[in-house]
Amino acid sequence: MNAKNHYDAIVIGAGPAGLSAGIYLSRARVKTLIVNEGTVGGQMILTHEIANYPGVENISGYQLSNIMKKQAKTFGCDIKSNIEIESLDLVGKTKSIVLSDGNTYTSETVVLSPGGRSRTLGVMGEDDFKGKGISYCATCDGDFFTDKEIIVVGGGNTAIEEAISLTRYASKVTIVHHSDYFKATDYAIKEARNHPKINFLMDSVITAFNGHENLESVEIKDLKTNETNLFKTDGAFVFIGYMSNTEFISNKVGLNKWGEIIVESDMSTNIEGVYAAGDSIAKRFRQVTTAVADGTIAALAVAEYLHEKNN
Amino acid sequence: MLYTNLKHIESADEHAKILSENENVMVICGRMGPMCIPVYGIAEEIEDEYKNVKFCDMEFDNPESRVIRNLPEVSGFMGIPFTIYYKNGKVVKATSSIQTKAQVTSILDKEFSATVKA
Repeated sequence: MNAKNHYDAIVIGAGPAGLSAGIYLSRARVKTLIVNEGTVGGQMILTHEIANYPGVENISGYQLSNIMKKQAKTFGCDIKSNIEIESLDLVGKTKSIVLSDGNTYTSETVVLSPGGRSRTLGVMGEDDFKGKGISYCATCDGDFFTDKEIIVVGGGNTAIEEAISLTRYASKVTIVHHSDYFKATDYAIKEARNHPKINFLMDSVITAFNGHENLESVEIKDLKTNETNLFKTDGAFVFIGYMSNTEFISNKVGLNKWGEIIVESDMSTNIEGVYAAGDSIAKRFRQVTTAVADGTIAALAVAEYLHEKNN
Repeated sequence: MLYTNLKHIESADEHAKILSENENVMVICGRMGPMCIPVYGIAEEIEDEYKNVKFCDMEFDNPESRVIRNLPEVSGFMGIPFTIYYKNGKVVKATSSIQTKAQVTSILDKEFSATVKA
């Protein structure tokens, strides 16, 4: 075991849950490493304005992330971000993680806080036309589709509300949804149904995106008839919900059928010394504040576990 | 306003000055949204590693960013940020929308490899 690369706790994920765990652990003199595959802050950095974080009147998610990161570092927490996890071993007293920098890091405990991400369709052409007709953010890219005909994929609140907001730019919006009913709120559905620019293709799924330089058409399969037709479009906005980033631990820790980590009230998982926190755990509400609370509880439980183990 | 720790380019003149004074330049032209922020984050993170590259950002909605929005290389782009890589003032690569660290570093290593990485 390389002492330099051995930690009391390794936290996987640097959203509000992971950063809170890092702050509490490091402040308690628990040698902690936070490992993060993306940019520090997780989904919090994507929030333009946070107005309901107690004690802070108004702040962008990006700024709040940077403050939390600075706090964790001030207390001595090591952070490695934009780095990939090559392998992970959670079994046994010593946990180990191999990162894409080629180094192996070991620890007594692990806090899993990998968060979640927007779901993608995973169909042919989706990667090729990202930024060239396919978007996942109406606020970011809506104005590129002024006077153009677009589709919106999805049937939840975000999809319906963003479809309505995109009518400010697009000349025609067609909502493509795999079911025959929407999960959005009644008032949003009513507004969409009454909107002159919005059309609907129900019981339908996208099977491919086509084009040359930019997106030109999509292949849409009617689930009732099994027929696939080519549908000309200038753009496609995809809003099909979020998923937990737990694929890398699917056979290593107890997950529910939605891929969410099952935890006890102290955030412990079914593996000794392994805890979890944040949006990736099985729970109902997902907010920055709830992630911070989860991370705090996990950190305190880890500190207690280490104290009992070493005394 | 872009709340990043990158060098902010405020005007077309400043953009021209930075291109004239630096051999390798990466400019991320975007807003503070979910597709742009990860790219700023990557640039901030690798800034110390790639000392041969000047990393900058520019607000997409600043009229002065026409120097980027009017580039022929971005004519088909329909997703921000527009990220432009310049070598000796010439565009050598341009990308649209969110990018991963691997995608960014692969471009930096390929296009700016003539100069030694720190």
